[in-house]
Amino acid sequence: MFELLGTTLPSRLLLGTAQYPSPAVLADAVKASGTSVVTVSLRREMAGGRAGENFWSLIRALGTRILPNTAGCHSVKEAVTTAKMAREVFGTNWIKLEVIGNHDTLQPDVFGLVEAARILCEDGFAVFPYTTDDLVVAERLLEAGCKVLMPWCAPIGSALGPVNIAALRSIRGHFPDVPMIVDAGLGRPSHAATVMELGFDAVLLNTAVAKAADPVGMARAFGKAVEAGREAFGSGILEPREVAVPSTPTFGRAVFA
Amino acid sequence: MKLIVNGKALEIDASTLAALLAALDYEGDWLATAVNSDLVHKANRADFQLSDGDRIEILSPMQGG
Repeated sequence: MFELLGTTLPSRLLLGTAQYPSPAVLADAVKASGTSVVTVSLRREMAGGRAGENFWSLIRALGTRILPNTAGCHSVKEAVTTAKMAREVFGTNWIKLEVIGNHDTLQPDVFGLVEAARILCEDGFAVFPYTTDDLVVAERLLEAGCKVLMPWCAPIGSALGPVNIAALRSIRGHFPDVPMIVDAGLGRPSHAATVMELGFDAVLLNTAVAKAADPVGMARAFGKAVEAGREAFGSGILEPREVAVPSTPTFGRAVFA
Repeated sequence: MKLIVNGKALEIDASTLAALLAALDYEGDWLATAVNSDLVHKANRADFQLSDGDRIEILSPMQGG
């Protein structure tokens, strides 16, 4: 169980809904992962089209909470308007706030992010900011009114996993009471377990599951890894040592010489 | 009147946003609308007067990460 902004969630895994081979596989992957929050987006609808309706029916049938995003927005204005449109359509004040600053790395524009976060928090949104692992930016986002942070561990879709463990440790350690969800860059279940072992509260991922050869199996694997990492964090992880320490007692050892 | 709807220039007679949606066969509770980069709430579409050159975005739920 996981308490997030006053809501109790059964799973610490949040799952994206893009890039699956079919809607049926998406639905099965969501179920297999055990997730209770899925991310969705808004895109242009064709005249007379019903793509949005079909997708929305599928998502509602999953029975999970919805975390709409502002993916693809490159300006504060775009992100704020998209967030407001999402609130109307999806009926939630939760918003995964993305303000992209670089086309190649999809790195957040952290200056625009803080500005947009302030506007949306003042307007009653619960802002989940997709940010870097920068400590000072995290501080500014909290000052802007964010109650949760979503640092990346690597660029979106890169599957690199946590490339800067020291920065993640630092950001986690500085704000022990702020819920933090590692978002973007996870490639394999061991990456998810690693960041959960560091004490992050949850992970959000999409591509690593959707583009796996078997998305349903991978969704299940990520669900287990997140649980394992969290339980390990709460169980006191042994610190590494430079020397060997025998695990079998040496006392009472037979002598045959 | 010239309007830009989802990035496409159109010549269409529609005085309000609701009339534009009807003329283009957009229908459904799942649609969100913005005019000139500002949200126009569902409830305000019927009264929202369009002007020549307005840029309209009509969005609906899609897959996202």
